[in-house]
Amino acid sequence: MATDILLIGGSAGSITVLLQVLPAIDTDISFPIVIVLHRKSYPKSELDHLLEISTALPVQEVDDKMELENGKIYLVPADYHLLFEDERSIALDVSEKVNYSRPSIDVTFLSAASIFGDRTVALLLSGGNKDGVEGLVSIVEHQGRVLIQDPVTAEVDYMPQQAMEALPTATILRPEHMADAINQLKHYK
Amino acid sequence: MMELDIIKDDEMDLLLEDVSTIYGYDFTQYSKASLKRRLNRICLIDKLASFAELRYQVVNDPSYLQRFVEEITVNVTEMFRDPYFYKKLREDILPKLGTYPFIRIWVAGCSTGEEAYSIAVLLQEINLYHKSLIYATDINPTVIEKASKGIFPLSKMKQYSENYIHAGGTQDFSSYYVAMYDIAKFHESLSKRILFSTHNLVSDSSFNEFQLILCRNVLIYFDKDLQNKVFRLFDNSLQNLCYLALGDKETLRFSSLESRYRQVKDQKIWQKLN
Repeated sequence: MATDILLIGGSAGSITVLLQVLPAIDTDISFPIVIVLHRKSYPKSELDHLLEISTALPVQEVDDKMELENGKIYLVPADYHLLFEDERSIALDVSEKVNYSRPSIDVTFLSAASIFGDRTVALLLSGGNKDGVEGLVSIVEHQGRVLIQDPVTAEVDYMPQQAMEALPTATILRPEHMADAINQLKHYK
Repeated sequence: MMELDIIKDDEMDLLLEDVSTIYGYDFTQYSKASLKRRLNRICLIDKLASFAELRYQVVNDPSYLQRFVEEITVNVTEMFRDPYFYKKLREDILPKLGTYPFIRIWVAGCSTGEEAYSIAVLLQEINLYHKSLIYATDINPTVIEKASKGIFPLSKMKQYSENYIHAGGTQDFSSYYVAMYDIAKFHESLSKRILFSTHNLVSDSSFNEFQLILCRNVLIYFDKDLQNKVFRLFDNSLQNLCYLALGDKETLRFSSLESRYRQVKDQKIWQKLN
Protein backbone atom coordinates (compact mmCIF):
# COMPACT_ATOMS: atom_id res chain seq x y z
CA MET A 1 0.00 0.00 0.00
CA ALA A 2 1.29 3.48 -0.86
CA THR A 3 2.13 5.79 2.00
CA ASP A 4 0.43 9.20 2.20
CA ILE A 5 1.76 10.25 5.58
CA LEU A 6 4.39 9.20 8.08
CA LEU A 7 3.79 10.10 11.72
CA ILE A 8 6.48 9.90 14.36
CA GLY A 9 5.55 10.15 18.04
CA GLY A 10 7.82 10.21 21.04
CA SER A 11 8.42 11.47 24.52
CA ALA A 12 11.33 11.18 26.97
CA GLY A 13 14.40 9.79 25.19
CA SER A 14 13.08 10.24 21.65
CA ILE A 15 15.11 13.23 20.48
CA THR A 16 18.41 11.33 20.38
CA VAL A 17 16.70 8.69 18.23
CA LEU A 18 15.37 11.32 15.84
CA LEU A 19 18.80 12.89 15.53
CA GLN A 20 20.11 9.49 14.50
CA VAL A 21 17.27 8.59 12.12
CA LEU A 22 16.43 11.85 10.31
CA PRO A 23 19.88 12.38 8.69
CA ALA A 24 19.58 8.99 6.94
CA ILE A 25 16.14 9.60 5.43
CA ASP A 26 16.22 10.03 1.62
CA THR A 27 15.29 13.48 0.32
CA ASP A 28 13.00 12.01 -2.35
CA ILE A 29 10.44 10.48 -0.01
CA SER A 30 6.96 10.72 -1.48
CA PHE A 31 5.04 11.76 1.63
CA PRO A 32 5.17 14.37 4.43
CA ILE A 33 6.48 13.47 7.89
CA VAL A 34 4.68 14.83 10.95
CA ILE A 35 6.53 14.65 14.27
CA VAL A 36 4.66 14.85 17.60
CA LEU A 37 6.88 15.17 20.66
CA HIS A 38 6.01 15.91 24.26
CA ARG A 39 7.82 19.07 25.23
CA LYS A 40 7.54 22.12 27.40
CA SER A 41 5.86 25.23 26.05
CA TYR A 42 8.16 27.59 27.92
CA PRO A 43 10.93 28.51 27.50
CA LYS A 44 10.61 28.35 23.72
CA SER A 45 12.65 25.39 22.55
CA GLU A 46 15.12 25.28 19.72
CA LEU A 47 13.90 21.82 18.76
CA ASP A 48 12.90 22.75 15.22
CA HIS A 49 16.34 24.24 14.67
CA LEU A 50 18.02 21.18 16.18
CA LEU A 51 16.08 18.85 13.86
CA GLU A 52 16.59 21.17 10.91
CA ILE A 53 20.37 21.00 11.05
CA SER A 54 20.24 17.21 11.35
CA THR A 55 18.61 16.59 7.96
CA ALA A 56 18.63 17.77 4.36
CA LEU A 57 14.82 17.67 4.35
CA PRO A 58 13.07 20.97 5.07
CA VAL A 59 11.81 21.12 8.69
CA GLN A 60 9.21 23.53 10.00
CA GLU A 61 7.01 23.96 13.01
CA VAL A 62 3.44 24.01 11.72
CA ASP A 63 1.13 27.02 11.62
CA ASP A 64 -2.63 26.77 11.61
CA LYS A 65 -4.21 25.52 8.33
CA MET A 66 -0.80 24.89 6.80
CA GLU A 67 -0.80 22.78 3.62
CA LEU A 68 1.37 19.67 3.82
CA GLU A 69 3.89 18.95 1.07
CA ASN A 70 5.64 15.69 0.28
CA GLY A 71 9.27 15.42 1.32
CA LYS A 72 8.94 17.91 4.17
CA ILE A 73 9.09 17.42 7.92
CA TYR A 74 6.48 19.13 10.12
CA LEU A 75 6.90 19.54 13.84
CA VAL A 76 3.81 19.90 16.03
CA PRO A 77 4.16 23.04 18.20
CA ALA A 78 4.27 22.81 21.99
CA ASP A 79 0.89 23.33 23.69
CA TYR A 80 -1.25 22.56 20.62
CA HIS A 81 -2.88 19.36 19.39
CA LEU A 82 -2.53 18.71 15.68
CA LEU A 83 -5.47 17.34 13.69
CA PHE A 84 -5.87 16.70 9.96
CA GLU A 85 -8.61 18.73 8.32
CA ASP A 86 -8.30 16.76 5.07
CA GLU A 87 -5.48 14.99 3.23
CA ARG A 88 -3.54 18.19 2.61
CA SER A 89 -4.25 20.53 5.47
CA ILE A 90 -3.91 20.47 9.22
CA ALA A 91 -5.80 22.22 12.01
CA LEU A 92 -4.44 23.14 15.41
CA ASP A 93 -6.44 22.88 18.61
CA VAL A 94 -5.74 23.98 22.19
CA SER A 95 -8.42 21.84 23.82
CA GLU A 96 -7.89 19.83 27.02
CA LYS A 97 -4.74 17.76 27.42
CA VAL A 98 -5.03 14.08 26.52
CA ASN A 99 -2.89 11.62 28.49
CA TYR A 100 -1.62 14.69 30.41
CA SER A 101 -0.14 15.88 27.14
CA ARG A 102 -0.61 18.67 24.61
CA PRO A 103 0.37 17.89 21.95
CA SER A 104 -0.99 14.41 22.41
CA ILE A 105 0.36 11.69 20.13
CA ASP A 106 -2.97 9.84 20.31
CA VAL A 107 -4.91 12.87 19.07
CA THR A 108 -2.76 13.20 15.93
CA PHE A 109 -2.55 9.44 15.28
CA LEU A 110 -6.33 8.97 15.63
CA SER A 111 -7.03 11.92 13.35
CA ALA A 112 -4.58 10.58 10.74
CA ALA A 113 -6.15 7.12 10.86
CA SER A 114 -9.58 8.59 10.11
CA ILE A 115 -8.32 10.76 7.25
CA PHE A 116 -5.57 8.67 5.59
CA GLY A 117 -6.81 5.16 6.55
CA ASP A 118 -4.61 2.37 5.21
CA ARG A 119 -2.13 4.85 3.74
CA THR A 120 -1.00 5.90 7.24
CA VAL A 121 2.34 4.80 8.68
CA ALA A 122 3.27 5.61 12.28
CA LEU A 123 6.45 5.15 14.28
CA LEU A 124 6.36 5.31 18.08
CA LEU A 125 9.58 5.99 19.96
CA SER A 126 10.90 6.07 23.50
CA GLY A 127 8.72 7.60 26.21
CA GLY A 128 7.38 7.40 29.72
CA ASN A 129 3.61 7.30 29.30
CA LYS A 130 1.16 5.46 27.10
CA ASP A 131 0.21 8.36 24.84
CA GLY A 132 0.25 7.08 21.25
CA VAL A 133 -0.75 3.49 21.96
CA GLU A 134 -4.48 4.01 21.36
CA GLY A 135 -3.63 5.89 18.16
CA LEU A 136 -1.47 3.04 16.90
CA VAL A 137 -4.28 0.57 17.57
CA SER A 138 -6.65 2.74 15.53
CA ILE A 139 -4.14 2.96 12.66
CA VAL A 140 -3.90 -0.86 12.60
CA GLU A 141 -7.71 -1.07 12.63
CA HIS A 142 -7.69 1.15 9.54
CA GLN A 143 -5.14 -1.24 7.94
CA GLY A 144 -2.33 1.29 8.25
CA ARG A 145 1.23 0.29 9.20
CA VAL A 146 2.81 0.59 12.62
CA LEU A 147 6.48 0.64 13.60
CA ILE A 148 7.65 0.59 17.22
CA GLN A 149 11.07 1.31 18.65
CA ASP A 150 12.54 -1.82 20.19
CA PRO A 151 12.00 -1.16 23.93
CA VAL A 152 15.42 -2.68 24.66
CA THR A 153 17.00 0.25 22.78
CA ALA A 154 14.74 2.92 24.33
CA GLU A 155 16.04 5.32 26.96
CA VAL A 156 12.57 5.11 28.53
CA ASP A 157 10.89 1.87 27.49
CA TYR A 158 7.35 2.27 28.90
CA MET A 159 5.77 3.79 25.79
CA PRO A 160 7.12 1.31 23.20
CA GLN A 161 6.58 -1.56 25.66
CA GLN A 162 2.89 -0.64 26.06
CA ALA A 163 2.57 -0.36 22.28
CA MET A 164 4.13 -3.77 21.77
CA GLU A 165 1.79 -5.37 24.27
CA ALA A 166 -1.24 -3.77 22.60
CA LEU A 167 -0.02 -4.73 19.12
CA PRO A 168 2.02 -7.95 19.40
CA THR A 169 2.38 -8.33 15.62
CA ALA A 170 3.69 -4.79 14.95
CA THR A 171 7.13 -4.26 13.41
CA ILE A 172 9.77 -3.68 16.09
CA LEU A 173 12.81 -1.68 15.02
CA ARG A 174 16.15 -0.67 16.50
CA PRO A 175 17.06 2.96 15.76
CA GLU A 176 19.77 1.95 13.27
CA HIS A 177 17.17 0.20 11.11
CA MET A 178 14.49 2.90 11.19
CA ALA A 179 15.73 5.08 8.31
CA ASP A 180 15.91 2.05 6.02
CA ALA A 181 12.36 1.06 6.87
CA ILE A 182 11.20 4.64 6.18
CA ASN A 183 13.10 4.88 2.90
CA GLN A 184 11.51 1.59 1.79
CA LEU A 185 8.02 3.10 2.14
CA LYS A 186 8.33 5.04 -1.08
CA HIS A 187 8.66 1.76 -3.05
CA TYR A 188 5.25 0.48 -1.97
CA LYS A 189 2.54 1.27 -4.48
CA MET B 1 -10.12 10.18 28.06
CA MET B 2 -11.10 7.60 25.47
CA GLU B 3 -11.50 8.96 21.98
CA LEU B 4 -14.73 7.89 20.33
CA ASP B 5 -15.89 7.96 16.77
CA ILE B 6 -19.66 8.23 17.04
CA ILE B 7 -20.34 11.08 14.64
CA LYS B 8 -19.85 10.78 10.87
CA ASP B 9 -19.07 13.78 8.65
CA ASP B 10 -22.47 13.92 6.94
CA GLU B 11 -24.26 13.57 10.28
CA MET B 12 -22.23 16.45 11.65
CA ASP B 13 -23.30 18.66 8.73
CA LEU B 14 -26.91 17.73 9.39
CA LEU B 15 -26.71 18.61 13.08
CA LEU B 16 -24.96 21.93 12.40
CA GLU B 17 -27.68 22.88 9.91
CA ASP B 18 -30.30 22.13 12.58
CA VAL B 19 -28.53 24.23 15.19
CA SER B 20 -28.16 27.09 12.75
CA THR B 21 -31.80 26.98 11.59
CA ILE B 22 -33.41 26.49 14.98
CA TYR B 23 -31.16 28.53 17.26
CA GLY B 24 -29.21 30.87 14.99
CA TYR B 25 -25.79 29.61 16.10
CA ASP B 26 -23.85 28.98 12.90
CA PHE B 27 -21.00 26.48 13.34
CA THR B 28 -21.02 25.31 9.71
CA GLN B 29 -17.75 27.11 8.93
CA TYR B 30 -15.90 25.82 11.97
CA SER B 31 -12.93 23.54 11.33
CA LYS B 32 -14.36 20.04 10.89
CA ALA B 33 -11.54 18.11 12.53
CA SER B 34 -11.82 19.95 15.84
CA LEU B 35 -15.58 20.11 15.85
CA LYS B 36 -15.93 16.40 15.30
CA ARG B 37 -13.77 15.72 18.33
CA ARG B 38 -15.92 18.07 20.41
CA LEU B 39 -19.13 16.40 19.28
CA ASN B 40 -17.77 12.96 20.11
CA ARG B 41 -16.63 14.32 23.44
CA ILE B 42 -20.05 15.70 24.37
CA CYS B 43 -21.64 12.32 23.49
CA LEU B 44 -19.17 10.65 25.80
CA ILE B 45 -19.64 13.09 28.71
CA ASP B 46 -23.43 13.24 28.44
CA LYS B 47 -23.72 9.50 27.81
CA LEU B 48 -25.37 9.82 24.41
CA ALA B 49 -24.81 6.54 22.62
CA SER B 50 -25.53 7.64 19.08
CA PHE B 51 -25.75 10.59 16.76
CA ALA B 52 -29.54 10.22 16.76
CA GLU B 53 -29.66 10.69 20.54
CA LEU B 54 -27.48 13.79 20.39
CA ARG B 55 -29.56 15.27 17.61
CA TYR B 56 -32.82 14.52 19.43
CA GLN B 57 -31.51 16.21 22.56
CA VAL B 58 -30.28 19.31 20.74
CA VAL B 59 -33.36 19.74 18.55
CA ASN B 60 -36.01 19.03 21.20
CA ASP B 61 -34.53 20.53 24.33
CA PRO B 62 -33.78 24.27 24.00
CA SER B 63 -32.37 24.28 27.54
CA TYR B 64 -29.64 21.91 26.36
CA LEU B 65 -28.40 24.39 23.77
CA GLN B 66 -26.33 26.45 26.18
CA ARG B 67 -24.53 23.35 27.35
CA PHE B 68 -24.03 22.24 23.75
CA VAL B 69 -22.43 25.57 22.83
CA GLU B 70 -20.30 25.49 25.97
CA GLU B 71 -18.99 22.02 25.25
CA ILE B 72 -18.31 22.25 21.54
CA THR B 73 -16.40 25.51 21.85
CA VAL B 74 -12.98 25.11 23.44
CA ASN B 75 -12.58 26.98 26.70
CA VAL B 76 -9.02 26.15 27.60
CA THR B 77 -7.13 29.34 28.43
CA GLU B 78 -4.65 30.65 30.97
CA MET B 79 -3.26 33.88 32.37
CA PHE B 80 -0.23 35.26 30.54
CA ARG B 81 -0.21 32.34 28.09
CA ASP B 82 2.91 32.90 25.91
CA PRO B 83 4.77 35.17 28.35
CA TYR B 84 6.91 36.74 25.55
CA PHE B 85 3.76 38.07 23.98
CA TYR B 86 2.66 39.79 27.19
CA LYS B 87 6.16 41.13 27.69
CA LYS B 88 5.95 42.76 24.26
CA LEU B 89 2.56 44.26 25.17
CA ARG B 90 3.93 45.59 28.45
CA GLU B 91 7.15 47.06 27.09
CA ASP B 92 6.19 48.23 23.63
CA ILE B 93 2.59 48.06 22.41
CA LEU B 94 0.65 49.34 25.44
CA PRO B 95 3.05 52.25 26.16
CA LYS B 96 2.58 53.35 22.52
CA LEU B 97 -1.19 53.23 22.98
CA GLY B 98 -0.66 55.27 26.14
CA THR B 99 -0.29 58.35 23.94
CA TYR B 100 -3.99 58.10 23.04
CA PRO B 101 -6.45 59.99 25.29
CA PHE B 102 -8.42 56.79 25.81
CA ILE B 103 -7.57 53.13 25.09
CA ARG B 104 -10.23 50.69 23.95
CA ILE B 105 -9.21 47.04 23.91
CA TRP B 106 -11.28 44.14 22.59
CA VAL B 107 -10.54 40.62 23.80
CA ALA B 108 -12.52 38.60 21.23
CA GLY B 109 -13.28 35.03 22.29
CA CYS B 110 -12.30 35.74 25.91
CA SER B 111 -13.63 32.44 27.28
CA THR B 112 -13.43 32.46 31.09
CA GLY B 113 -11.59 35.78 31.14
CA GLU B 114 -7.98 34.91 31.97
CA GLU B 115 -6.58 37.05 29.13
CA ALA B 116 -8.74 40.05 29.99
CA TYR B 117 -7.53 39.95 33.61
CA SER B 118 -3.92 39.57 32.42
CA ILE B 119 -4.27 42.73 30.31
CA ALA B 120 -5.85 44.55 33.25
CA VAL B 121 -2.83 43.62 35.40
CA LEU B 122 -0.44 44.99 32.77
CA LEU B 123 -2.41 48.22 32.36
CA GLN B 124 -2.51 48.78 36.10
CA GLU B 125 1.22 48.26 36.45
CA ILE B 126 2.08 50.75 33.70
CA ASN B 127 -0.48 53.24 35.00
CA LEU B 128 -2.78 53.21 31.99
CA TYR B 129 -5.73 51.36 33.45
CA HIS B 130 -7.61 54.49 34.53
CA LYS B 131 -7.99 55.57 30.90
CA SER B 132 -8.59 52.14 29.40
CA LEU B 133 -11.68 50.06 28.76
CA ILE B 134 -11.48 46.32 28.01
CA TYR B 135 -14.36 44.75 26.10
CA ALA B 136 -14.22 41.01 26.70
CA THR B 137 -16.62 39.02 24.52
CA ASP B 138 -17.44 35.40 23.83
CA ILE B 139 -20.13 33.46 21.97
CA ASN B 140 -20.89 31.51 25.11
CA PRO B 141 -22.99 33.17 27.89
CA THR B 142 -21.91 30.62 30.51
CA VAL B 143 -18.21 31.48 30.28
CA ILE B 144 -19.00 35.22 30.22
CA GLU B 145 -20.81 34.85 33.52
CA LYS B 146 -17.88 32.93 34.97
CA ALA B 147 -15.41 35.50 33.64
CA SER B 148 -17.24 38.40 35.25
CA LYS B 149 -16.83 36.81 38.70
CA GLY B 150 -13.03 36.86 38.51
CA ILE B 151 -12.72 33.55 40.31
CA PHE B 152 -10.12 31.03 39.16
CA PRO B 153 -8.81 27.75 40.59
CA LEU B 154 -6.14 28.34 43.22
CA SER B 155 -4.27 25.34 41.82
CA LYS B 156 -3.48 27.34 38.67
CA MET B 157 -1.88 30.27 40.50
CA LYS B 158 1.60 28.79 40.68
CA GLN B 159 1.78 28.49 36.90
CA TYR B 160 0.13 31.89 36.32
CA SER B 161 2.58 33.47 38.70
CA GLU B 162 5.50 31.95 36.76
CA ASN B 163 3.99 33.14 33.46
CA TYR B 164 3.53 36.61 34.99
CA ILE B 165 7.17 36.78 36.03
CA HIS B 166 8.36 35.60 32.59
CA ALA B 167 6.16 38.32 31.10
CA GLY B 168 8.14 40.94 33.01
CA GLY B 169 5.98 41.15 36.13
CA THR B 170 7.79 42.27 39.27
CA GLN B 171 5.04 42.36 41.89
CA ASP B 172 4.00 39.51 44.11
CA PHE B 173 1.32 37.94 41.89
CA SER B 174 -0.66 36.81 44.92
CA SER B 175 -1.29 40.46 45.77
CA TYR B 176 -3.85 40.52 42.94
CA TYR B 177 -6.21 38.02 44.49
CA VAL B 178 -7.58 36.67 47.73
CA ALA B 179 -7.20 32.94 48.27
CA MET B 180 -10.21 31.17 49.75
CA TYR B 181 -10.26 27.39 50.04
CA ASP B 182 -9.44 26.18 46.54
CA ILE B 183 -10.23 29.39 44.68
CA ALA B 184 -8.48 32.67 43.93
CA LYS B 185 -10.78 35.68 43.78
CA PHE B 186 -9.23 38.57 41.86
CA HIS B 187 -9.68 42.10 43.23
CA GLU B 188 -12.56 44.08 41.83
CA SER B 189 -10.19 46.94 41.02
CA LEU B 190 -9.01 44.69 38.17
CA SER B 191 -12.42 44.01 36.66
CA LYS B 192 -13.97 47.45 37.13
CA ARG B 193 -12.91 48.55 33.64
CA ILE B 194 -13.69 45.26 31.90
CA LEU B 195 -17.04 44.96 30.13
CA PHE B 196 -18.02 41.33 29.68
CA SER B 197 -20.62 40.56 27.06
CA THR B 198 -21.67 37.95 24.53
CA HIS B 199 -20.70 38.49 20.91
CA ASN B 200 -20.71 35.97 18.08
CA LEU B 201 -17.80 36.53 15.67
CA VAL B 202 -19.68 34.59 12.99
CA SER B 203 -22.88 36.63 12.96
CA ASP B 204 -22.50 39.84 14.99
CA SER B 205 -21.07 43.03 13.57
CA SER B 206 -18.53 45.59 14.67
CA PHE B 207 -19.62 47.49 17.79
CA ASN B 208 -16.86 50.01 18.43
CA GLU B 209 -13.47 51.27 17.28
CA PHE B 210 -10.48 49.85 19.13
CA GLN B 211 -6.79 50.57 19.58
CA LEU B 212 -5.98 46.92 20.28
CA ILE B 213 -7.84 43.74 19.39
CA LEU B 214 -6.73 40.41 20.84
CA CYS B 215 -8.11 37.23 19.34
CA ARG B 216 -5.77 34.44 20.28
CA ASN B 217 -6.34 30.76 19.55
CA VAL B 218 -9.91 31.36 18.41
CA LEU B 219 -9.45 31.52 14.64
CA ILE B 220 -7.78 28.09 14.61
CA TYR B 221 -11.30 26.67 15.03
CA PHE B 222 -12.58 28.41 11.87
CA ASP B 223 -12.12 27.46 8.24
CA LYS B 224 -10.25 29.86 5.95
CA ASP B 225 -13.35 31.60 4.57
CA LEU B 226 -14.67 32.30 8.03
CA GLN B 227 -11.22 33.45 9.16
CA ASN B 228 -11.22 36.00 6.35
CA LYS B 229 -14.68 37.19 7.29
CA VAL B 230 -13.59 37.69 10.89
CA PHE B 231 -10.44 39.50 9.76
CA ARG B 232 -12.67 41.96 7.89
CA LEU B 233 -14.74 42.44 11.05
CA PHE B 234 -11.56 43.22 13.00
CA ASP B 235 -10.36 45.54 10.24
CA ASN B 236 -13.64 47.46 10.47
CA SER B 237 -13.20 47.69 14.25
CA LEU B 238 -9.59 48.83 14.37
CA GLN B 239 -8.35 52.40 14.25
CA ASN B 240 -5.50 53.15 11.82
CA LEU B 241 -2.00 52.56 13.23
CA CYS B 242 -3.47 50.35 15.95
CA TYR B 243 -2.90 46.66 16.63
CA LEU B 244 -4.36 43.19 16.08
CA ALA B 245 -2.86 40.32 18.11
CA LEU B 246 -3.35 36.67 17.15
CA GLY B 247 -2.33 33.35 18.68
CA ASP B 248 1.19 32.03 18.44
CA LYS B 249 0.38 29.79 15.44
CA GLU B 250 -2.13 32.01 13.68
CA THR B 251 -1.35 34.44 10.89
CA LEU B 252 -2.74 37.29 8.82
CA ARG B 253 -0.57 36.04 5.96
CA PHE B 254 -2.67 34.56 3.11
CA SER B 255 -5.57 36.86 4.04
CA SER B 256 -6.77 39.70 1.86
CA LEU B 257 -5.81 42.20 4.57
CA GLU B 258 -2.14 41.36 4.64
CA SER B 259 -1.00 44.20 2.39
CA ARG B 260 -2.55 46.83 4.66
CA TYR B 261 -0.88 45.60 7.84
CA ARG B 262 2.69 45.49 9.07
CA GLN B 263 3.77 42.61 11.30
CA VAL B 264 5.61 43.55 14.50
CA LYS B 265 9.00 41.81 14.42
CA ASP B 266 9.01 38.30 15.89
CA GLN B 267 5.44 38.68 17.15
CA LYS B 268 1.97 37.62 16.08
CA ILE B 269 0.94 41.26 16.30
CA TRP B 270 -0.03 43.32 13.23
CA GLN B 271 -0.25 47.08 12.97
CA LYS B 272 -2.88 48.55 10.68
CA LEU B 273 -1.33 51.00 8.23
CA ASN B 274 -2.71 54.41 7.36
